[in-house]
Amino acid sequence: MSESIIRMEDVNKWYGDFHVLRNINLNVARGERIVICGPSGSGKSTLIRCINRLEEHQQGRIVVDDIELTGNLKDIEAIRRDVGMVFQHFNLFPHLTVLENLTLGPVWVLKMPKAEAQATAMKYLERVRIPEQADKYPGQLSGGQQQRVAIARSLCMNPRIMLFDEPTSALDPEMVKEVLDVMIGLATESGMTMLCVTHEMGFARKVADRVIFMDQGEIIEENTPEVFFDNPQNERTQLFLSQILH
Amino acid sequence: MPAIDATGPTRAMQPPVIHQGVVGWLRASLFSSPLNILLTVLVGWLLLMIVPALIDWLFIKSDFNATTAKECRASGGACWAFIAEKHRFILFGIYPYDEQWRPLLAMIILIAVLAISAMRRFWRPILGLIWLLALTAVAVLMWGGVLGLSHVENSHWGGLPLTLILATFGIALAFPFGLVLALGRRSNLPAVRTICIVYIELIRGVPLISLLFMSSVMLPLFLPEGFTLDKLLRAQIAIILFAAAYIAETVRGGLQAIPAGQYEGADSLGLSYWQTMRKIILPQALTVVIPPLVSVFIGLFKDTSLVVIIGIFDLTQTAKTAVADAAWRGFSAEAYLFIAFIYFIFCYSISRYSQALEKRLERGHRQ
Repeated sequence: MSESIIRMEDVNKWYGDFHVLRNINLNVARGERIVICGPSGSGKSTLIRCINRLEEHQQGRIVVDDIELTGNLKDIEAIRRDVGMVFQHFNLFPHLTVLENLTLGPVWVLKMPKAEAQATAMKYLERVRIPEQADKYPGQLSGGQQQRVAIARSLCMNPRIMLFDEPTSALDPEMVKEVLDVMIGLATESGMTMLCVTHEMGFARKVADRVIFMDQGEIIEENTPEVFFDNPQNERTQLFLSQILH
Repeated sequence: MPAIDATGPTRAMQPPVIHQGVVGWLRASLFSSPLNILLTVLVGWLLLMIVPALIDWLFIKSDFNATTAKECRASGGACWAFIAEKHRFILFGIYPYDEQWRPLLAMIILIAVLAISAMRRFWRPILGLIWLLALTAVAVLMWGGVLGLSHVENSHWGGLPLTLILATFGIALAFPFGLVLALGRRSNLPAVRTICIVYIELIRGVPLISLLFMSSVMLPLFLPEGFTLDKLLRAQIAIILFAAAYIAETVRGGLQAIPAGQYEGADSLGLSYWQTMRKIILPQALTVVIPPLVSVFIGLFKDTSLVVIIGIFDLTQTAKTAVADAAWRGFSAEAYLFIAFIYFIFCYSISRYSQALEKRLERGHRQ
């Protein structure tokens, strides 16, 4: 078992001619919580989507939990079983109930017996504080509830790494807190490795071990939250922080 | 400004009388604007011209009991006695007269099994067994040769049972084939994609009639010496190949309507391609395209009438032949109305079923 659970070495990615990730070097230790921030178009979502192969990198190496990410389908599926992802627009399956959404992965991918999967699902629904919604359809829930279901759905797969791609950006302000509380609970109680792309700097201050600032495909600065927010080194970081902390 | 009185709930009142009930509906739907009033008058006049005359011809002056054509023509209305005389021929074709209970029973079994398949609570593996039994029963009844039933060649089959068989097998087999084509067309493998595109475009580019012709006339030229494919089977294959192309394009439209986020959500859980398609994408895609899919099915049901071109005696051909009878000349309207009525019953049932299915499936999605 190596030190880092995620290793990205000289990762480069292009969309056609557009250089979206430039020489990314990143090591994430087990149990570390990382917040990635930056202006839109900086490549932060692309970065974390490369980790579970929702995007393909053209150059460099990405190693997740000692498995290298290449075109090998078996490796990709093995990595995806260990990496959970929460999306900005939830991506719940609207034709299935909440309970069915949660048990689908464990039953079909982890080959868990149905009863056990349902018990796990109820446990995580209670963890995200909406056990009474188990038989509802996603369309009947509020945005905050849907996102919490999405978090529970990823947790049911027992991942070692959780990726969050702007989880609260599509939510009404009054629902942001309930989702952030769940994420803070996850960070403090479970020792899960978390990579979170977000603009919620309060969350970053509370939970992050490291904050990374990206701009135009490059990692500009990374530091502990205290140093990052109180004493940003780079000019672009300072500019960005002045724009979002008001 | 008058003070706002928020001390209690505002009493809910009824809308004014002329906006309610029948009067309200008439005002809003039929007499709401000058154009609307004009259209209402126009349609009303048309109905007045057509409906009484139609009812007169269809029911009042019509003759149900005449025994000869001359008698029937004298009545001045529709000659339903012609149908009474010819209905068994129109419905069953040249199937031996005494054995016609067999295709009748076969039809009933087929319709019963279709009705059962339509009910959601039967969507379980046992349905496969029920279908197998039903199809065996239908085959035994139609062909005979076992259980003491006399053997009837399928060239003697005709009328409604034949139409039903062609349509049922056509749709049942074309649907999975079309699904695979649709998925193949969206595949990342160039070979698979190209084959699917070529197939779909070629088949869609030719009329069903020409496919039937080709399967009936050209196919035997390509088959090895002495190996013949049954004519009905050739027609059935042509119908299946034809329908599959249209189903493929319809399903592809549904697949495109599914947002990328659904694929990503499934991928992030580690679901494989076929698991994603089966559990996530296809259920949503098929629900979305029920209306155009049903149109394809209804169209196919009626397109089976084209088999007249290769000499197969389906429902339309039997009606045509009945009209050609020298003793009962001139009643083509009655004959075609009769089969139109039969086609309508089936097609409308399919349509109503699809609406019920849509409503039930929608319940889950949005509230």
